[in-house]
Amino acid sequence: MSEVIEADAVIVGAGPVGLFAVFELGLLDVRCHLVDILDKPGGQCAELYPEKPIYDIPGFPIITGQGLTENLLAQIRPFEPTFHFGQMVTALTRRPDGRFDVETDAETHFIAKAVIIAAGGGSFQPKRPPVPGIEAYEGKSVFYSVRKMEAFRGEEVLIVGGGDSALDWTLNLQPLAKRLTLLHRRDAFRAAPDTVNKMRALVAEGAMDLLFGQVTGLEGADGQVGAAIVTDNEDREHRIPATRILPFFGLTMKLGPIADWGLNLHENLIPVDTEKFETSEPGIFSIGDINWYPGKLKLILSGFHEAALMAQVVSRIVYPNKKILFQYTTSSTSLQKKLGVA
Amino acid sequence: MPKITYIAFDGTPYVVEAREGTTVMENAIRNSVPGIEAECGGACACATCHVYVDEAWRAATGEPEPMEEDMLDFAFDLRPNSRLSCQIRVSAALDGLVVRIPERQG
Repeated sequence: MSEVIEADAVIVGAGPVGLFAVFELGLLDVRCHLVDILDKPGGQCAELYPEKPIYDIPGFPIITGQGLTENLLAQIRPFEPTFHFGQMVTALTRRPDGRFDVETDAETHFIAKAVIIAAGGGSFQPKRPPVPGIEAYEGKSVFYSVRKMEAFRGEEVLIVGGGDSALDWTLNLQPLAKRLTLLHRRDAFRAAPDTVNKMRALVAEGAMDLLFGQVTGLEGADGQVGAAIVTDNEDREHRIPATRILPFFGLTMKLGPIADWGLNLHENLIPVDTEKFETSEPGIFSIGDINWYPGKLKLILSGFHEAALMAQVVSRIVYPNKKILFQYTTSSTSLQKKLGVA
Repeated sequence: MPKITYIAFDGTPYVVEAREGTTVMENAIRNSVPGIEAECGGACACATCHVYVDEAWRAATGEPEPMEEDMLDFAFDLRPNSRLSCQIRVSAALDGLVVRIPERQG
């Protein structure tokens, strides 16, 4: 276990609402750490629709998911949030002193005065392909991400998929693998053209194999896969020797460990009150798409409003003896100093 | 109004009346048809409104556009008649359309 990080507030989720919470909390001198399972900020805006337009952000007739993320990052920069990407909060428990232990699957450990769950649709997790019995191999010889490239050296590697992840790892692992096969359902790739060209050159040299079809079965024992049964687009079966399989079918949202934190849930959403946006556990707040209250609308703008009200309450937890003065950024010198503009 | 029949994975049919110009996904969500998630809300960005178009209706619904083909790469249990229901627009010509819902969306 690495060192413990003492924090005012830990925000679970770095989507638009989690990012804006940094702003509202920052104006009230609450410093934030954000944890997100993705390797970048923006949540669904970054992962699902970076290039797609959003039309209902107040003041922006049209803005892309990526554009909104970039603007929010610029807006919160004065408050110097600390990001912890590529990890998922797995445990959240109350300490005897009233603060919270927050632990992630990357062994980051926070002690926080308040926790804000802004986890949207839950955590993005890899899609599992429809191959019977694949669960038995997961984490042993079937992986959905590459943590250590060395684990693939000298192995017969089968990569499945046609997106950037599949193509990037094909190029990265091909020099290490004993033999590498890329399997995709069709002869078209949704990846950077340069990467696709490099892959095709390797195939032309005979340095790797490219196959079109789908994995329909696995052979192996005790978690160690030995071969994949591949059905091609003419319904012929092939047996591809494979000791490591990497399926890349994108990500899907799952509620994940949030269900185990002892919070009341309402159809996989977290009920909150509409004054403080606090959950059934005092000190744990929930804002954005993951919360629920009568009349809730899953809109980014609703999440922004929820962040502002939540911040008032969290600042009282962090600074119990300080009187909060309600101020406007337009006219308050003290707020402008915090924003670095005065 | 055109009628659409959604057949859930357990075989239960859901018949709904759909306004022309709406999408097959929107009508599933509006009528609480189980098994269509539509995480991205119809932006052709997630592949969680995946359906199998009944063979008799494949010609009428047409072929997926390249953007939809790209997203179908990420769909669960893909078949030749797989489509993303957010990309099928209801018209009079689709009155009676039958689609089946896969076991799960991801």
